[in-house]
Amino acid sequence: MTVHFPALGLILLFPALGFLFNLFYGARWGRGWVNIVGPGVVFASFAIVVVAFIRLVTLPAGSVLSVTLWQWIHAGPFRADFTLQFDALSALMALVVTGVGALIHVYSVGYMAHDEDFARYFAYLNLFELSMLILVLADNLVFMFMGWEGVGLCSYLLISFWYANQSFAYAGRKAFVVNRVGDAGFLVGMFMIVAALGSHGLWTLNFAMLRANANLFTTQTATIAAILLVVGATGKSAQIPLYVWLPDAMVGPTPVSALIHAATMVTAGVYMVARLHFFFMLAPVAMELVATIGAVTAIYAASIALVQTDIKKVLAYSTISQLGYMFLGVGVGAFSAGIFHVMTHAFFKALLFLCAGSVIHALDGEQDMYKMGGLRTKLPITYETMFIATLTISAIPPFAGFFSKDQILESVYNSGHHGLWVLGIITAAMTSFYMFRLIFLTFFGDSRVDSEKVAHIHESPSVMTAPLIVLAVLSIAGGWVGLPEHVLWGNRLNAFLAPSVGEFTPIMQGGVFMLTGVSLGLAVLGIIAAWYFYLVAPGMPYLIAYQLQSAYNVMLNKYYVDELYNLIVTRPLFWISTMVLGRVVDSFIIDGLVDGAGLTVETGGQLSRRMETGNVQQYAFVYVLGVLAIVAYYLYLVTH
Amino acid sequence: MMTVSYSWVMALSAAIFAIGVAGVLLRRNILIMFMSIELMLNAVNLAFVAMARRMGSMDGQVIVFFVMTVAAAEAAVGLAIIISIFRNRETVNADELNLMRW
Repeated sequence: MTVHFPALGLILLFPALGFLFNLFYGARWGRGWVNIVGPGVVFASFAIVVVAFIRLVTLPAGSVLSVTLWQWIHAGPFRADFTLQFDALSALMALVVTGVGALIHVYSVGYMAHDEDFARYFAYLNLFELSMLILVLADNLVFMFMGWEGVGLCSYLLISFWYANQSFAYAGRKAFVVNRVGDAGFLVGMFMIVAALGSHGLWTLNFAMLRANANLFTTQTATIAAILLVVGATGKSAQIPLYVWLPDAMVGPTPVSALIHAATMVTAGVYMVARLHFFFMLAPVAMELVATIGAVTAIYAASIALVQTDIKKVLAYSTISQLGYMFLGVGVGAFSAGIFHVMTHAFFKALLFLCAGSVIHALDGEQDMYKMGGLRTKLPITYETMFIATLTISAIPPFAGFFSKDQILESVYNSGHHGLWVLGIITAAMTSFYMFRLIFLTFFGDSRVDSEKVAHIHESPSVMTAPLIVLAVLSIAGGWVGLPEHVLWGNRLNAFLAPSVGEFTPIMQGGVFMLTGVSLGLAVLGIIAAWYFYLVAPGMPYLIAYQLQSAYNVMLNKYYVDELYNLIVTRPLFWISTMVLGRVVDSFIIDGLVDGAGLTVETGGQLSRRMETGNVQQYAFVYVLGVLAIVAYYLYLVTH
Repeated sequence: MMTVSYSWVMALSAAIFAIGVAGVLLRRNILIMFMSIELMLNAVNLAFVAMARRMGSMDGQVIVFFVMTVAAAEAAVGLAIIISIFRNRETVNADELNLMRW
């Protein structure tokens, strides 16, 4: 049932107005106004989303709230409008995007308190909220793609926010270019879908229409188009092989890392797969690909996170790893489990980044964990909330991450992908190890802070700690909407999402307690290992790194993937650009054409200027000759 | 009364016009060239009145008046230009007036 609900437009309107205000008046009206308007518009959006959500749950399951803002593309029979739809999946995503987004906006007020460019910062952040909401509320692929590109643009703008530093600007550019590669795949996949349905006389990219006519796709078309869409998803969601931009994206302001590169934008790929779940179900090969990419990315990124020393880099690789879990979940057909992890991950990873931001803020920009230590007593709120987030990401019950991660791993096992399940649980152990390594290095042990910074260490202001506390509560309780079946109220989230993303159909029933027990045991093992290595015997990591020097170096250098891409993609492209395109096409062909045109005109001019003798009688003579020629011509016509 | 055939009148007109063209093309003195232009105008006038009479139409005669008016204006402007040129260059030889040469 589709219900007309015009207030949906307001969800987009508020961030749009906030963007315009901050862009044009922010710097002039001053910090006070920006600090109110920037977060305020997101809270307003959040309020409308809550109203819409309450309306949605009072309607029968499977209902959709919808409003067409205006007509957009009407090209021949093809149609794509600015239509918003608010179903269960969109509702959940919109709640996360505006809810977590609003908290991060509030936090940003404190984090950017000493930055001159606060107005530009909040303008970009509001624009990001607008784009992300378009992405999750769009009712057709074209409109969604607009949001998809919009968040990519904001990501670029915010990564290179401190553009005066050239390497920061390069990091933003890298993110933009890598995303272009993925977006090319997304576009071609979209074209294939239009063409495939168009051959049946159905010109649309509307999700409901696609879903109703999914039987028109052949398996072959669906497979190729789905794989192309996955390419787009790997770009946006930082999966192998297009994940390389995310670690570099950490040069942006930390709240940006929390909002864009942890909680919302990077989950767009997972959202897209869940949104098109009916389409991916037609292409089992593409589904296998998604699951494999996810599992491999999860363990791969986790292994890099083990040895990183930059606190934000650890979290960046952890994000890639967690996104791998989500891909693994949706790849085996457990779409609601994947989306569940999107939600809990938004809570705890945003919290982790904000806590890391709080630490960095307190230490005046220091990001190296080996120059921290012993901060537990000096930053009590940051420490406690970050500890909660760490327990959550390590999947310790009853914290939120336990339920979502466990549901994914259980679905993976029960869909028969036992190999991927093993990768998943090993990753779980690595996750708890590197996260507790981060906690122990940062907050426990002796202080290794540079002596001149010690005096300045201070807990962040309450405008920054309040969002931490709210997110900590969500990190604890956020998972309780999706308890395992038959436990208390069971999995309410699954039931809520089922009309949008379908139900997971297991091919077997593994022992729930065995599965949970194994992953939980490995997670605890990771914690104990971290405790032993970094608190009891701090010399051990060095010893192991020394013993396994080559493996350690490979991981520390991120498997040399950046160097590899540089060698096989960037350098050849650079060579072709300079040697072939630059020296041959540009200097020879293009310049030749331009110079040739100039030379032709010049030579022609040099020759024809000789006619201009300046002697009036010569001109008159030529003129008379012309007259005589015309007269002769007419005489000839008359006489013949 | 002896009537002159129109052919003769046209031939006379053509002859005067040809003399005018030759004068413009061959003489170097711009004053003479100017006079030759007047000659051509009047040759055309002669052709106009002759043809008007032959056709029994007033159109040609009216045009002659226009031509004479224009010729008068042209004479005034042209002579002024020639005087001005002479004052500046102290010559009226067309061969020497080649400032617009490439």
